[in-house]
Amino acid sequence: MKSDTNSPLFYLNQENVSYKDTVVLKNVTLEINQGERVGLIGPSGAGKTTLLRMLYQKVSDQSAFVHQHYALVPQLSAFHNVYIGRLDRNSTLQNLINLVYPREKVRQEIIPILDSLGIEEKSFVRVSALSGGEKQRVAVARAIYRQKSILLADEPVSSVDPHQAGAVLELINQVAETVVMSLHAVELALKYAERIIGLHNGEIQFDLSAEEVTPIMLKELYQKS
Amino acid sequence: MLKTSLVFVGIALIAILLADLEVSTQYPWLEMSRMVSGAFTPDLPVVWEFKSSLFNTVVFALCGTFLGGILGIGLAAFFQYMPVRLFCAFVRAIHEIFWAFIFLPVVGLNSICGVLAIAIPYAGIFAKVYAEIIQESDQEPLEGIPSKAHRLSRFFYGVLPVIYADTKHYTAYRFECALRSSAILGFIGLPTLGYHLETFFKEGMYSEAAALLITFYLLIASLKYWLKPRLVPVYIVLAFVLLSREISLSWENVTRFFTYEILPWPMRRQGIRDGTYTVSFVVTPIWEWAKEIWLEEAWEGIWKTVVLTQIVLVGTGLFSLFGFPLACRHFTGKVTNRIWHYLLIVVRTTPEYILAYIFLTLWGPSMLPAVWAILLHNGAILAFLSSNNADLVQLRMDAPLKRINRYFYEILPRIYGQFLAFLFYRWEVMMRESAILGVLGIYTLGFYIHSAISDDQIDKAILLILFTAILNMGIDFVSQMVRRRLKISTKLSIS
Repeated sequence: MKSDTNSPLFYLNQENVSYKDTVVLKNVTLEINQGERVGLIGPSGAGKTTLLRMLYQKVSDQSAFVHQHYALVPQLSAFHNVYIGRLDRNSTLQNLINLVYPREKVRQEIIPILDSLGIEEKSFVRVSALSGGEKQRVAVARAIYRQKSILLADEPVSSVDPHQAGAVLELINQVAETVVMSLHAVELALKYAERIIGLHNGEIQFDLSAEEVTPIMLKELYQKS
Repeated sequence: MLKTSLVFVGIALIAILLADLEVSTQYPWLEMSRMVSGAFTPDLPVVWEFKSSLFNTVVFALCGTFLGGILGIGLAAFFQYMPVRLFCAFVRAIHEIFWAFIFLPVVGLNSICGVLAIAIPYAGIFAKVYAEIIQESDQEPLEGIPSKAHRLSRFFYGVLPVIYADTKHYTAYRFECALRSSAILGFIGLPTLGYHLETFFKEGMYSEAAALLITFYLLIASLKYWLKPRLVPVYIVLAFVLLSREISLSWENVTRFFTYEILPWPMRRQGIRDGTYTVSFVVTPIWEWAKEIWLEEAWEGIWKTVVLTQIVLVGTGLFSLFGFPLACRHFTGKVTNRIWHYLLIVVRTTPEYILAYIFLTLWGPSMLPAVWAILLHNGAILAFLSSNNADLVQLRMDAPLKRINRYFYEILPRIYGQFLAFLFYRWEVMMRESAILGVLGIYTLGFYIHSAISDDQIDKAILLILFTAILNMGIDFVSQMVRRRLKISTKLSIS
């Protein structure tokens, strides 16, 4: 018998998801353990987002999520958008005060995170005025500020400059114990994830450690129709 | 769309045959020339004498909009529930003047009456529009908010910032409407602008009337300079402080009103006769009482109100279809454009009640003044909107040069759907106005309500107001059905 500490964080057994007539996930069986760094790869429409959302729903209280389309409030500043990550931890009154007058303590928690992502000077700029890459980094900052042991990220660096993407992923790996992220840049996935899951048409094609993945497997994954 | 439009035109033609549209004054042109000369010789210094009424107009509008807005936000939060929606539809179906009639005997002719008369129907309108704004707002930001966050935190971080701009614009627009409502409440005796306007028109003092009206236009035109979001809280606090100085409310009166005076006459008759003022519940006499009011007054009032509304609906449509090209860049030059734009703004800014009063002075009592008043006010709003929409259309290089071809083949087909949607959207407003203009002496519902109030028959007035509200809700429902069936929306889509 397995003890509690060794039981997997996520356990999916032959899960199926479909919207209307289209099948999005087929027969997915999967175990993810604490401390793992998983990269989801595969062509668009393979079911990466659906899989991530499904995982998130199982542990929404213990995890942070980086949305593919950022899910930011465009009218609020970067600072306030990051603060949203902890709305459920602070009292409603504190939240309301922070909206009008952020306390020094909160500033000192949030601004270093924005600094480490290279957007400190945009802290009090409305998100609607930021570039795509900056918005995405705000979304990552919000997930980091949430301070949860599990971090799920859907294409967290798709709009970030290539030379900064690595640093962002490095940071994500540093702050969370368990990381599951989908990445369309395979070389980033191979570099920043230890375990790679290749998805195609809602099915798992392979589930291997990063060293085991061969160029032929990748070619097959992306060229299959 | 064309078929539906023609059906409504047909109905309006029949209504015109049934309506009384004659000019009964002997020298309408003479009166007109006196008015015009008054308009060109405004006695502006006189305004200073009446500054307190101007002030009251603003104070009532501020307090009314604020209270209505707060209530509206509260109601909007529960707008998914049918009873709340019905309640809102009901309170906004009753015109501000009718609300004032209801509060008059309760609180007297004072500020509370004015503020409540604006706040209550506005709460219903705000609730509906705020709920629509929330419903149509961007939902994506909400996904980023932790699911366990408190409802209030969620609202202040994920909803309010998103809807803020739309809400602010709409509320500012409503404040402008509230200034109009507040001004016309003077016509029934409240200490606002309308009070003196009525006197001036009655006495033929047109230079003085023109001065007050011009001040009113300036007040509204200057809104964008002094109605700053940061200053609004200051204004509201000041307004309430000023208001509280003269508040005198007798709870005894209030309870007496709601538990006794509004009860149908047959319930009170026995008590009044034997001097005990007890209430008896007698079903048959109440039924007879209601039936009598229905047969003798309500039926006639509803009929006249509907006839007037249908004429005005089509009249408004025609006015804007003929009128908007003059203010549109595809048809006329820059100078004409500007002139028409400002003209439409002035007409739109004039409360329909005041327009009706002017026409009544010119033509005497018949449906004619009401028709033109409602038609001009709404027509100006609609023509303004249509010309703005038409201006957005980018004509292709080889578009027809002849204006008539341009109108019928390029512009009208593109904006007609939204035009019609907005016209039907205003249908309910026109009906409310048709009913209220009865106060000025045409036999729509307002006439009977006004005379019941004058005779101190509050129970009868309440019943008639109830009929009016139901009629209005009915029209609102029909209008929604027509819009849905034609698949048209007030949101613009030019392509």
